[in-house]
Amino acid sequence: MKKQLIEITVGLFVVAGILVLLFLSFRVSNLNSDSVSNPYQVKAQFDNIGGLKVKAPVTMAGVRIGRVGAISLDSASYQAKVTMDISGAYNKLPVDSSASINTQGLLGEQFISLEPGGDKKYLKEGDSIRLTQSAVVLENLIGQLLYKGSSNNP
Amino acid sequence: MISAVRSIGAFSLAVLAASGRACILLIQMLGNIPTSVRRYELLVEQLFHVGVLTLPIIIVAALFVGMVLALQGYNTLVDFGAESSLGLLVALSLTRELGPVLAGLLFAGRAGAALTAEIGLMKATEQLAGMEMMAVDPVRRVLLPRFLAGVISVPILAILFTAVGILGGYLLSVDVLGIDQGVYWSVMQEGVDFQQDVLNGLFKSLVFGALISLLAVFIGYDARPTPAGVGAATTLTVVLSSLLVLAVDFSLTSMMF
Repeated sequence: MKKQLIEITVGLFVVAGILVLLFLSFRVSNLNSDSVSNPYQVKAQFDNIGGLKVKAPVTMAGVRIGRVGAISLDSASYQAKVTMDISGAYNKLPVDSSASINTQGLLGEQFISLEPGGDKKYLKEGDSIRLTQSAVVLENLIGQLLYKGSSNNP
Repeated sequence: MISAVRSIGAFSLAVLAASGRACILLIQMLGNIPTSVRRYELLVEQLFHVGVLTLPIIIVAALFVGMVLALQGYNTLVDFGAESSLGLLVALSLTRELGPVLAGLLFAGRAGAALTAEIGLMKATEQLAGMEMMAVDPVRRVLLPRFLAGVISVPILAILFTAVGILGGYLLSVDVLGIDQGVYWSVMQEGVDFQQDVLNGLFKSLVFGALISLLAVFIGYDARPTPAGVGAATTLTVVLSSLLVLAVDFSLTSMMF
């Protein structure tokens, strides 16, 4: 009888451990929202990506449609080459869409925002987005502001 | 002067010899794992004593640690207007550091000490010698189930600690500090990475579990078979495993993150 009780509580203990691991993986960490379902890859080149990181969100109209897959430097043009994994559910993005790097809030994480174009043809696997806008680097902005401010003074 | 140097040398040699004996014991135990898995009743019984009975202290401690983290984090974050990141702060501190480390420390105090005392007393009352007389290997019959139970229990206890701590932080931040509950979870999901944070924390706790259990079992097995010897061994287990958990945690953290 006592042995049965011991076995039952140990069983509960182990099951609780497994359940909690599930809780940690799905509720606390981003295991479920992290994967993009059957993604297709789209490339874009930026003059400056600022603080963009791999796995940063790719959004259109504020809705998350994919994430940044890889970032590298194109040694021919000296531009940053960003590969985006976009969810297969959003396969009707016009080819003349434009990509810009924005910041969440004033100092938050950076992400790529896509603006739809008007073309009838849609982006597919391996295509590149030609219209891009670099990240706004806050330090440069402040520098320009100071420069303008001082040149206006007589 | 010479005697001081000599005592340092004698101490170092004793430490070295003990680590050697601990390694031999570990190899003996690892070699016996298949037979121990076949006789799983012994393992289940030890899982009960080592794991299940440690649950209450883990849950109560985790609840308070989570609440204190939320309270203290709020006081700092509110100065920067960033109190919405409170969930992330609580979750990251718990999954990466506090869950494995505090569960390890509590386990060392609650279960490690008991293991050492039990095995030391078995040795002092010559029960282990009696087993050997009956051709029962005490390493396989007594030490291995306790060691394995510790290795299995600590990761489970650590993730329970983490989860209960996050819930404790949730209670305080949502009900007392007035942080939106959706924000608490979404900021957390955005910032906590499963592999980087949760799995690394789990790996840490596995290392701590093996470390504490080996120390507890070995020090008990190696204790002087006198009442004073068993007492000293129990103290040594708690002190040594607590210090080692903290030191190993530092080196693991500097390698992982």
